[in-house]
Amino acid sequence: MDIKELIKTKLTLNFPNYQIEFSEYIDEFCIKVDKEHIVNICTFLKDDEDLKFLLSEDITAIDWATRKNRFTVVYHIFSLKNNFRLKIKADVDESDCSIDSVTSVWRAANWQERECYDMYGIIFKNHPDLRRMYMPEDFEYYPLRKDFPLMGIPGSLSLPKK
Amino acid sequence: MGLEAKLNSDGFLVTQLDAIIAWSRKNSVWPMPMGISCCAIEMMAVGDPKYDIARFGSEVMRFTPRQCDLMIVAGTVTYKMAHVVKKIYDQMPDPKWVIAMGACTSTGGMYRSYSVVQGIDQFLPVDVYVAGCPPRPDNLLNALITIQEKIGNTRGRDFQDIKLPELKVLQSN
Repeated sequence: MDIKELIKTKLTLNFPNYQIEFSEYIDEFCIKVDKEHIVNICTFLKDDEDLKFLLSEDITAIDWATRKNRFTVVYHIFSLKNNFRLKIKADVDESDCSIDSVTSVWRAANWQERECYDMYGIIFKNHPDLRRMYMPEDFEYYPLRKDFPLMGIPGSLSLPKK
Repeated sequence: MGLEAKLNSDGFLVTQLDAIIAWSRKNSVWPMPMGISCCAIEMMAVGDPKYDIARFGSEVMRFTPRQCDLMIVAGTVTYKMAHVVKKIYDQMPDPKWVIAMGACTSTGGMYRSYSVVQGIDQFLPVDVYVAGCPPRPDNLLNALITIQEKIGNTRGRDFQDIKLPELKVLQSN
């Protein structure tokens, strides 16, 4: 069976109550889930004997700026067994800007989620060490949000005295 | 002619102390290679036999600031890195000089962005700016020669009673 069909049938069989959208664009398979179910879906995709998505390649986000659900968190995971790459998307609203952490599934997600938090300000619940990654600890803004000016906010980053 | 002939006939020479100190100082400028990004590759090329910074007495790249006279800041300085650069600069003994190597270091270069310092002269006293992205090794040698000219014109009393702002920084910390 085709790996895409396999993922589709397995997910619909095992999670009949979840709303899961499947899509495909230029041979890139993508699933969209509710943010409450992200840990369950990820655990299943990793532990299932036929799928074995063992590698979390990247976790990032999209800022849609004007949409109702402002952010979309994107997970890129990879199955070494099937040589197959999968995208998982989950919408996050600005009013409740948080999602469950998948560090319990992939340990590599630790820094990837920290980077996502640093750049977009999305809180990853149950993350063991949610600190900033690139920006200084006392920085108050999130640089990759659309409302952040390119040249930054004057005075927000300190320079040493001359 | 030459030094050997002079020493053979008289055995001594007369000069000013200032002149000979400035002469020896300018011909033994020890650089602190502050290589932060791609400019550092060109800075390494300056040390190789083809360009050979040893011709100017500056081949001793010291990786401790306490033995250096000249800081070559080679690369993109981010706001986070600026504090590190300054901390290293403060540890260099006086008198000291700074070369801002390349477009990023001098002006921020192509990184017109929130995270990059738009010119290190915002927090360091720069003596020579080097143009280029990255500058050719010849260009860095030119900067060194310019620094040497500057050092050659100094006199010992220029550095007397010099104020040490970094001491205040250390005490306030």
